[in-house]
Amino acid sequence: MTYENRFDGRKFEETRPMEASVGVVKNAIGSARFKIGKTEAIAAVYGPKEVFPRMLKNPEKGILRCYYNMLPFAGFGGRVRPGGSRRSKEISMVTEHALSPVLDLSDYPNSAVEVYIELPQTDAGSRCAGICAASMALADAGFKMKDLVSAIAIGYVGDKVVVDLDYMEEHYNEFKDENAPKGGETDLPYAYIPAEDKFSLMQMDGEISPEDLKATMDMAKKACLNIYEVQKQALRQKFKKIEE
Amino acid sequence: MTDINRTHMLKSLENGIRFDGRNLVDIRQPFDVKLNVSETAEGSAVVTLGNSIVMAGVTMELATPYPDTPNKGGLMVNVELVPMSHKDYEPGPPGIKAIEISRVIDRALREGGAVDFEKLCIVEGEKVWNILVDIIPINDDGNLFDAGALAALIAIKNAKLPTVTEEGVVDYKQKTDQGLPLVSEPLPVTIHKIGNYLIVDPTYEEENYSTTRLTVAVQANGNPCAIQKSGEEPLSQEQISEMVDIAIEKSKEYREILKKFS
Repeated sequence: MTYENRFDGRKFEETRPMEASVGVVKNAIGSARFKIGKTEAIAAVYGPKEVFPRMLKNPEKGILRCYYNMLPFAGFGGRVRPGGSRRSKEISMVTEHALSPVLDLSDYPNSAVEVYIELPQTDAGSRCAGICAASMALADAGFKMKDLVSAIAIGYVGDKVVVDLDYMEEHYNEFKDENAPKGGETDLPYAYIPAEDKFSLMQMDGEISPEDLKATMDMAKKACLNIYEVQKQALRQKFKKIEE
Repeated sequence: MTDINRTHMLKSLENGIRFDGRNLVDIRQPFDVKLNVSETAEGSAVVTLGNSIVMAGVTMELATPYPDTPNKGGLMVNVELVPMSHKDYEPGPPGIKAIEISRVIDRALREGGAVDFEKLCIVEGEKVWNILVDIIPINDDGNLFDAGALAALIAIKNAKLPTVTEEGVVDYKQKTDQGLPLVSEPLPVTIHKIGNYLIVDPTYEEENYSTTRLTVAVQANGNPCAIQKSGEEPLSQEQISEMVDIAIEKSKEYREILKKFS
């Protein structure tokens, strides 16, 4: 046994505490905030608007564009220089792919819907928090959607499959007890569409056995269904407030 | 911007009322501050001023001092007008608007002597702390100069230095309880001129109709310590004097909020 108790005392299948709300950016047509542990994402939706460059126009439906951006003080370390990086560009793309399957933009041909995701603080799991916030923001904006998208990272830490890794778990070998042998530091972010029972994001870095890899999908689904409830609750809350 | 809207705004200002019901020199409500909004920053704050929400985060950097100031640390102020905060903003490198706000807030803090840079020196000529302040609007409904400076000042005020290991490397995960050497609190107040009327704390819409503005940073003792005039309309001596007087008066209201965090 190399990883008995998680660094922050959680159960292996337990996510960090979550907070969610919508309508946090009044200028946007839809917006949401999603916080899990010390990772926080704010997403704002603008559009539909002109597409530049024009070759990206689709005459059949609108296109979705996502922009993932860590604020300069959001990194676990020194200042992150503003402006896009290769990492943020890739995350923006996988975020688009995670969300577009649920989104129907056929009413907006030749135009673009843009989602800006900003992260004021991060402690691992930032692309998943970004996807959760973005899907709520799109729903808040009132676009036709099949469902929300929920996302979570599953990991293989030490010798255990765990849900929702934080920074220390992603760097297990750096923070582990001196006597504990070196172990896994594998991270698998998933995005899940509950209504279709399908995954729209899957990435992995690190090594894992095929059995454990398959087991992570069950854990991801279970965790995502919990997140899904938190997301729905936040959306309902807004309308409750309007009713009052 | 349609002219009819401008005519309507001028008419309203003539009656002493703004579109949101405020008096010409009223500061918006709600006006409040939230601390420690980002645990990854060494210090952070969010200022809410009406519908404007502005976040500031401080990160500390260990660096070699400039050769001409071997015993002094540094300060950098950066504003990112993130496209999340307004439909007019696009992703990409900072434009002139972001650069001007950064520079005006930087100048207010620097010329107002906000930070004792010598206290940021660790080893003369070798190692000093640099304070890096990033100001980000979450929702931009105008007056980023004043709200941004206030957020920056409060973030600096509440920042804690990270630990430095024996090898001289910063351990950002462990903060000390040592604060930053903030020795004065200059506060910029921006006065806008629309037609012949002077207003404070403009909304985004009002900023668009403003023909000129004066940002006056005011010290606790009431002395101005930095000024920026911007906009194409020139100002008379009387107008400038009046604007400076309003700025000094209004800085007291901003300072009330600051006091809650000392």
